[in-house]
Amino acid sequence: MAIFIHEIKQSRKSFLIWSLSIGGLILLCMALFPQMKGQMDEIDAMFSNMGSFTAAFGMDQISYSTSIGFYGIECGVILSLGGAFYAAQLGIGVLAKEEGHHTAEFLYTHPKARRKLLLGKGLAVISCLIAMNAVVFGFAVGSFWMIGEAIAWREFLLYHLAQILLHIEIAAICFGISAFLRRSSLGIGFGIASVMYFLNIYANISTSADYMKYITPFQFADAAAIIKAVKLDMAAVCVGAVYTVAFVFMALVKYTKKDIVA
Amino acid sequence: MIIETKKLNKSYGKARGITDVSLSVREGDIYGFIGPNGAGKSTTIRILLGLIQKFTGEATLFGKDIRTSKEEILKRIGYMPSEAWFYTGMKVEEIIRLSAKLRKQDCEKEAKDLCDRLQLDLHKRVEELSLGNRKKVSIVCSMMHRPDLYIFDEPTSGLDPLMQKEFFDLLHERQKKGATVFLSSHVLSEIQRHCNRAALIRQGEIILTGTVEELSRTSARRVSIQGTNQVPSLEGVSDVFSNGNSANFLYQGDMKLLLGELWQLPVKDIIITEPDLEEIFMHMYTENAK
Repeated sequence: MAIFIHEIKQSRKSFLIWSLSIGGLILLCMALFPQMKGQMDEIDAMFSNMGSFTAAFGMDQISYSTSIGFYGIECGVILSLGGAFYAAQLGIGVLAKEEGHHTAEFLYTHPKARRKLLLGKGLAVISCLIAMNAVVFGFAVGSFWMIGEAIAWREFLLYHLAQILLHIEIAAICFGISAFLRRSSLGIGFGIASVMYFLNIYANISTSADYMKYITPFQFADAAAIIKAVKLDMAAVCVGAVYTVAFVFMALVKYTKKDIVA
Repeated sequence: MIIETKKLNKSYGKARGITDVSLSVREGDIYGFIGPNGAGKSTTIRILLGLIQKFTGEATLFGKDIRTSKEEILKRIGYMPSEAWFYTGMKVEEIIRLSAKLRKQDCEKEAKDLCDRLQLDLHKRVEELSLGNRKKVSIVCSMMHRPDLYIFDEPTSGLDPLMQKEFFDLLHERQKKGATVFLSSHVLSEIQRHCNRAALIRQGEIILTGTVEELSRTSARRVSIQGTNQVPSLEGVSDVFSNGNSANFLYQGDMKLLLGELWQLPVKDIIITEPDLEEIFMHMYTENAK
């Protein structure tokens, strides 16, 4: 519990920055919707005829002229990508930073088993991600209320649930890798999030890359697919859960046996 | 035995680690672990604390294996690393509170007493602290739970002389109450003054262990002569310094032979002293290095 609270306190600043940035951008983005509403028919027609670009962002699946469609396409990128970067930042640093910041000798010479430290740190990462998603959810609901549009609740809730799962999976992958690092490497974390995102774009464009949904979590969290189907692709979610558990297990095995040499 | 290691080995690929390190620290000892930088002191300490787990040999503390009883052992240890680093943005009081919470102990009163004695400002953020003040935080964290064994890695670097005295006063108080102290240092005068037993490590190997008295006892003498810079050409003469019309050297051998040789030189004055521990160990470092 002590390490969990400590990690939460240590993450306060970045939590506020990421949550308010993502939430604020969503609010700003949704504020554009009423102005564009009058021209939506033309914009919709234009966006649906842009070939690969249309498919890449799922605009061939949902309508840009509805508030939930607009939210999914415009705000979806902000939340999924911004949240993934935040998850990567949390995951890649949480284990490695002790050695990188020379605090390992202080922490690991207290009578706490490494697995307990790992549990506290892991729970802190998940808590931060859930809290960030909750703040953004609040901003998103507020943005609909601000522009006077009704929320398609089922699609909206499913989409936000998928975002939490996406962010947890990205964080877990980085968490697993973090156990092998001797200092926090934001580059690796952001690189993983970016590669996963671009694999999703590739899968949306390509007609023969269906298997990608089992590789990148951005696929099951794709706003267009969720809003169109009004359900989550459970097979892809389950594969994502397996990746999450596997990377956490990898972290546990490495972290509990790791030598602290400096 | 409070600490017992048998044939500890740790290598870092091509870089040297430690080889066959065997130590025995008894209850109530203030045990000095002496060696130059890179000799293997910190590696040995990290093994004792369970920070390094991939090693061969045996390391037991309080009769328990560090590999299997790490948590139990660490409950009874207070450790101060050579470089005291803490979490940026936290205040001294928050660090001390975190340390107590990680130990699940209420150390408030003891921590306050230690902070008063070490004149530590609890409200400062760690990034505002000098090395000496960071060391003080480390001393508080290592002592406030009143452990049975204190392990200190280069404890006095960065502390001013008054604080060094306060630190050693604290150590002796704790030792009198039954605690054991294991401290690494390359300040030999510190070891000579405060430790009862010591081990010397060089290039990863223990080359000498014993009581500080035993280690200081030697037949070698430091000889200083005035009136000539000529040094007797005898076996047993080493570590020679000469300039102008004076010279000094270490001599290990028959004193009659030395006096006979000196008799033939234009010596005006002569001082023969017992070398201090530092001198003996410096001699050993270089002798063994050869």
